[in-house]
Amino acid sequence: MVEMAQEKMDELRTFIAACMQKEYSDSYLIAVLHKAQELFGYLPVEVMDEVAQRMNIPTAHLWGVATFYHYFNLKPIGKYVISVCLGTACYVKGATEVLEAIKRELGVEIGQTTADNLFTLHEARCLGACGIAPVIMINDKIYGELDAKKVVALINQYRKTAQVA
Amino acid sequence: MGFQNTETKNSGNIHFGMRIERKATVPEVHYKITLCDGTSCIRKQSKQIHQILDQELRKRNLKEVVSVHLSGCLGMCAKGPILIINPGYVMYGNITEADIPEIVESHLVHDTPVARLMVEENHLYNRFFRIFGDVDFFGKQMRITLRNCGIIDPENIDDYLSVRGYEALAKVLTDMKPEQVVSEVKKSGLRGRGGAGFPTGMKWEFTAKQPAGEKYVICNADEGDPGAFMDRSAIEGDPHTVLEGMIIGGYAVGSSRGVVYIRAEYPLAIKRLEKAIAAAREHGFLGQNILGSNFSFDIEIRLGAGAFVCGEETALIHSIEGSRGMPRPRPPFPAVSGLFGRPTLINNVETWANIPVIILDGGEWFSGIGTQGSKGTKVFALAGKVRNTGLVEVPMGTTLREIVFDIGGGIPNGRKFKAVQTGGPSGGCLPEPYLDTPIDYESLAKAGSIMGSGGMIVIDEDSCMVNIARFFIEFTQSESCGKCAPCREGTRRMLEILTRITEGKGCPEDIDKLERLGAMIKKSSLCGLGQSAPNPILSTIKNFREEYEEHVNQKKCRAGVCAAMLSYTINDNCVGCGACKRACPVNAIDGTRKEKHHIDPNKCIKCGQCYSVCKFSAVAKA
Ligand SMILES: Cc1cc2nc3c(=O)[nH]c(=O)nc-3n(C[C@H](O)[C@H](O)[C@H](O)COP(=O)(O)O)c2cc1C
Ligand code: SF4
Repeated sequence: MVEMAQEKMDELRTFIAACMQKEYSDSYLIAVLHKAQELFGYLPVEVMDEVAQRMNIPTAHLWGVATFYHYFNLKPIGKYVISVCLGTACYVKGATEVLEAIKRELGVEIGQTTADNLFTLHEARCLGACGIAPVIMINDKIYGELDAKKVVALINQYRKTAQVA
Repeated sequence: MGFQNTETKNSGNIHFGMRIERKATVPEVHYKITLCDGTSCIRKQSKQIHQILDQELRKRNLKEVVSVHLSGCLGMCAKGPILIINPGYVMYGNITEADIPEIVESHLVHDTPVARLMVEENHLYNRFFRIFGDVDFFGKQMRITLRNCGIIDPENIDDYLSVRGYEALAKVLTDMKPEQVVSEVKKSGLRGRGGAGFPTGMKWEFTAKQPAGEKYVICNADEGDPGAFMDRSAIEGDPHTVLEGMIIGGYAVGSSRGVVYIRAEYPLAIKRLEKAIAAAREHGFLGQNILGSNFSFDIEIRLGAGAFVCGEETALIHSIEGSRGMPRPRPPFPAVSGLFGRPTLINNVETWANIPVIILDGGEWFSGIGTQGSKGTKVFALAGKVRNTGLVEVPMGTTLREIVFDIGGGIPNGRKFKAVQTGGPSGGCLPEPYLDTPIDYESLAKAGSIMGSGGMIVIDEDSCMVNIARFFIEFTQSESCGKCAPCREGTRRMLEILTRITEGKGCPEDIDKLERLGAMIKKSSLCGLGQSAPNPILSTIKNFREEYEEHVNQKKCRAGVCAAMLSYTINDNCVGCGACKRACPVNAIDGTRKEKHHIDPNKCIKCGQCYSVCKFSAVAKA
């Protein structure tokens, strides 16, 4: 486990080093944060410190940037990230009911992770699948034309899969 | 140059890496006639021609084997009225009533096209029409920017080359000076598709006039409007068009560096762009000395990270620079001082996608499409309570009604139309009386909405307008960057008031307060986000004031959306099947089998589950 983290950290360092070679290297900060989140799933404090040092950017600026953008998770996330689209089309077609059903089923609010670390609930602003509204995304998969009942069934499916694995 | 145009004129069956099977409505139809039903052709008597054609077909007993379709503007207004006969895609132009008998006799009866009336037009978008033109959904559309979407394989540059891809770039590099490119774009009358509608040619000229040196070209693919997916689809369907537009832009303003700023939420679009950039480099369309000229240009991709305000150009620039994406006052405009303090030309995805067509078909041709002040086409992401959802591209001047009812197929499930929302969180909701508004920048603004970047959401009677307004302000409030007080604090206050109203705690003064606050925020905010945030509220108050009044005075939500004002009851239709009892998540329903059930109002959380599971319409919501 520790070695894996080390490996990921090395990959991040290589990525940063490549960015630092380029002109206007500071401007690659967001790209570096994307890379870090891709590797670690979220932005742990140690990783942030590492980025600040290697890019020679004040930690305050770094946190300012990381907290400004919704895309970055500052807390660990569950195995499955459920993003409920709250775009206009989904909203008009009942996304709120779907969201409420998920909250009830998982017992978490937006931004939280379930106690078993299985699900993290996020809201999304338009996943661009308005044609099949309302939609949710679980990790990279999109599910459309949902209602409160279907979404609970879907969550149960994921629970089963997780148990088997 | 080695550009191959694989298309044989008038071949009638063209495949572009994809087979399109057409279902004929009447199997024994031998000919399909398409008559342009655009505004300009109508003015030129196309309606009368339609009548005469109909009479003529009846007279000769051809009604059974010839079908007649009407289409939206075909973009050849100068040659109108236009009539196309398929198979063969024979196009007749400038036809008069007197020509009809001859066309019917010669072409339809004797299979000999009337040469003297035929027009040869090989505009880029025509290809699209040849393939999809007689399908209802596409009939009123005119696809310029989306001309290749769904037709070519977006991951294969050869496919793009086969549809005259990069020919505009070659033309520019060999035959045109940068000033000529700028003046062609100016002549086209193209205006920015990112929302504000600033004349593109002027922006280019402005950037080109800055002293030579490092300059940047940016493609704004942030697409933050929560109900819009035009830019994503355009990039996913045809990434090279956008790249070609940018390269041409770089040549015109004297820049050698391009940046595409795209949302991280669009992984497929990003992947296709990366692939397209790599392929373009390999083919010499990007990099040093493009196509052997002394012009060099390259493009890099920068990812957004989920902040709506980053679509605003100065915020976007800050974001690329690696900072918090907060807007700054303008001037200086990006054209003078943009990315890294250098002159920067920034345009929207759709704006860029128009460029190759303007170069190949000419600014003058382009300016013939659309209305007085708004030229060309606009792509809309049609969604919400409408039968056909998806991307539609229509000439400017098309009415909202045509989009919602003719292309969109109207409202499903027998519900009634209530409003159409355009412009996303910066726009407004237009009710029935505005449906005949032609779509252009000025008309929509006059009606109290905006063109915006192209989100179009249809709302039916099941939606509550106060709730919709609250939805938008909740969005803008959470997306406000917090730099200036009117927007940061004002949107929060508006959200509080609207929440109060939807929870049944509003008072009559609240409506006026919203109006006053809205006007103040519009006037005093720094960037477009704050300046337009009150629009959804102000437009719903203007057009649906009675709904607001019902909420505050009678504590009533006519659409049955605002949960606090709702109560669910079971009526005499109940057969006691127990479906609702099983569905209720809080055990608020009580009753024995085969007897009428009952809902305990104190336990009920108004989730509506019982309402949706009941097969006997026994659950009433009021
Ligand atoms: C809050 C806000 C969000 C915006 N979002 C976008 C966007 O997502 N895409 C876009 O192209 N323009 C957006 N714009 C408009 C840009 O500031 C800019 O006008 C546009 O990119 C210029 O390109 P155009 O002239 O081709 O439209 C936004 C503006 C504001 C104020
Ligand atoms: S208007 Fe709103 S989003 Fe724009 S700068 Fe001010 S606070 Fe930020």
